[in-house]
Amino acid sequence: MHHSTRSSAWRRVASVAVAGAVAAAALVGCSSSGTGSDSGSSASDVTATLKKGGTITYWTWTPAAKAQVAAFEKAYPKVHVKLVNAGTNTTEYTKLQNAVKAGKGAPDVAQVEYYALSQFALSDSLVDLKQFGFDSLKKDYSTGPWGNVNVQGALVGLPQDSGPMAMFYNKTEFEKYGISVPTTWDEYVAAAKKLHAANPDAYITADSGDPGFATSMIWQAGGHPFTVDGTKVTINLQDEGTKKFTSVWNELVQNKLLSQTPGWTDDWYKALGNGDIATMITGAWFPGILESSVKDGSGQWAVAPIPTYDGKAANAENGGSAEVVMKQSKNQALAAGFLQWLNDSKKSVSIFINAGGGFPSTTADQNSSAFLNQAPEYFNGQKINKVLVSGAKDVVSGWQYLPYEVYANSIFSDTVGQAYSNATSLDPALKNWQKQLVTYGNQQGFTVKGK
Amino acid sequence: MTATIPATHSGSPAAPAPGSTNGPAGTGAKARRSRRPAGSIRRLGPHARPRKNIVLTIVMALFVIYSFVPLVWLIVNATKTQGDLYSTFGLGFGHSFALWDNIVDTFTYKDGIFVHWFGNTLLYVVVGAGGATLLATLAGYGLAKYAFRGRRAVFAVVIGAIAVPGTALAVPTFLLFSQVGLTNTPWAVILPSLISPFGLYLVWTFAVDAVPTEVLEAARVDGSSEIRTFFTISLRLLMPGIVTVMLFAIVATWNNYFLPLIMLSDPTWYPLTVGLSQWSAQATGAGAQPIFNLVITGSLLTIVPIVVAFLFLQRYWQSGLAAGSVKS
Repeated sequence: MHHSTRSSAWRRVASVAVAGAVAAAALVGCSSSGTGSDSGSSASDVTATLKKGGTITYWTWTPAAKAQVAAFEKAYPKVHVKLVNAGTNTTEYTKLQNAVKAGKGAPDVAQVEYYALSQFALSDSLVDLKQFGFDSLKKDYSTGPWGNVNVQGALVGLPQDSGPMAMFYNKTEFEKYGISVPTTWDEYVAAAKKLHAANPDAYITADSGDPGFATSMIWQAGGHPFTVDGTKVTINLQDEGTKKFTSVWNELVQNKLLSQTPGWTDDWYKALGNGDIATMITGAWFPGILESSVKDGSGQWAVAPIPTYDGKAANAENGGSAEVVMKQSKNQALAAGFLQWLNDSKKSVSIFINAGGGFPSTTADQNSSAFLNQAPEYFNGQKINKVLVSGAKDVVSGWQYLPYEVYANSIFSDTVGQAYSNATSLDPALKNWQKQLVTYGNQQGFTVKGK
Repeated sequence: MTATIPATHSGSPAAPAPGSTNGPAGTGAKARRSRRPAGSIRRLGPHARPRKNIVLTIVMALFVIYSFVPLVWLIVNATKTQGDLYSTFGLGFGHSFALWDNIVDTFTYKDGIFVHWFGNTLLYVVVGAGGATLLATLAGYGLAKYAFRGRRAVFAVVIGAIAVPGTALAVPTFLLFSQVGLTNTPWAVILPSLISPFGLYLVWTFAVDAVPTEVLEAARVDGSSEIRTFFTISLRLLMPGIVTVMLFAIVATWNNYFLPLIMLSDPTWYPLTVGLSQWSAQATGAGAQPIFNLVITGSLLTIVPIVVAFLFLQRYWQSGLAAGSVKS
């Protein structure tokens, strides 16, 4: 999850150094086209190799992975999957980038979050799964995640989970201060003011400058700040959608109505439990976090659709991962076979959901009546999946991430983050971010224009 | 051990021996043979007698508090359950005393991977820091006591190497190791740890004073081979310097984070530092499984050996730190 890319300075040094090297390698003629057997593979090869067997390596930090791999090896006893947790999100990307740059050391299959996919796709390190006929799996997935795994005409992965956004709110806290559940962003701002006035310790939400959240919010507002066509990139962080988002969020930032507790820290978990953070606008995987790690909040939380600008439903994705097949894989067909089982079989997806790993990306699982009718006690018996699944249908299509989004996110707190901590307008801060992104992209060999 | 050594280096700052060991009067041998590099000659002024100073005492007290608060926090919070971590004051104890549970959980989580990481760290420290000390000692002694062509060039390279931060070399080192297929093996961590330019420099400056050239010449006259002289005479004289270098190397290897982070992708070879950071990162994102209580307890357990090593070896550390700053 890029939600709060915790900016460890070391990690940043690594990702910057390596991202630079990789992007450069990508553009110098897409040199490292894999050593694997990429010609003449097809769907029938996949089935054959699964039966024939072999060994593949799978990098992931998904908690459900161990059980999924065990079930897979039971179904295909001749295939051995070496499961490696090579680090969570950016740590893994750094290692993956290093391996791509070095020309060896990459796994066969790897977990990559949606926002980071285009970075690897553009360095020509991912197998286009169309050669195995996987484009026919389109019907199995909801539109948001399927759009994310299709990068510039190539199918670069299969979705694992998805994160259509919703508003999670602390119902107890809302009722305590007589606040009604907001359906528009204007109402949300009003609720923020009312809550903080009534209880100075409580904030409507926590946001100290999270690039994943900001980009998702711009997406929901209909913005297209990044347009990518091959190596041509246009950045406009003042387009109509972005301005729609900042017009709302500036109100919260400038009036100091946002808790500055950084995400995923113990303070943050604490505040989610005691009502000091009253809502979270985030991906549909969030209930798993609440249920497993915010036990104090049980019975207090509820889910509502993400607020809108004008009453017309619109949504975006926040978080979620795909699994990809690396071009370095010596056995791409087998890797693809494993991937298909992993993210497209009922068995594997149900293990994933039951392990509390997240929200499915497969429509069959989203729309199964068992899933829709789940009424978790944590949410007072609310059928939360009905709200979340309906939100998945409203995701605005056409969103693109930068081909160096991991780097972009890593400098977000140095640029836009300043505005959050100084309680100043986000617009000049976003322009500053854009300026740095244009400069960096051009240094990396992209042709980047800022609008 | 200090007591068994001839008073060639009585450098403990707490007990300066004014007059006798001080002042620029070098031995004749030194003036002849090994001019010490400029910069390493640091003349201390006449030693001031220690005087009580209230302001300094207060400043020191503040520093002590400043250094101890994180440690106190760590110890206090290692006794808390995950729930107490969220719900109770940071520097106060929680509702329950869960230190033993936390320790047991730390050692047993994910089939005892913590113990595995502990073993890896030990391996890297013993082989890496041990090897670094050995190489630094041999090279530093050689450079201090033998005149040969190109010694100045070696000196320049060593000083230059001290100036380059390890972080800057990490990515090139990774690519190099990847070429020879050593990444994701323990060698990727051990081999770079073997190089300690700072340790070499320290032994070098230390050896200039600690091993009098006259002694070596006397040994030669008596027919002792160079190797025998090194092991029977020089090594003993160098011991305080060696222990200091070893401590530096142990601490550096024990805390090594960045190099193993990029070199290793398989958690079975992680040292504690990278492993704990992975546990900490588990608290982020979809499917997050925060185990802050284990991260904190694991951190506490991780620093225990290094604290013990320090307490036992600190007198060598002290004397070694002053090595080269006072001429004998």
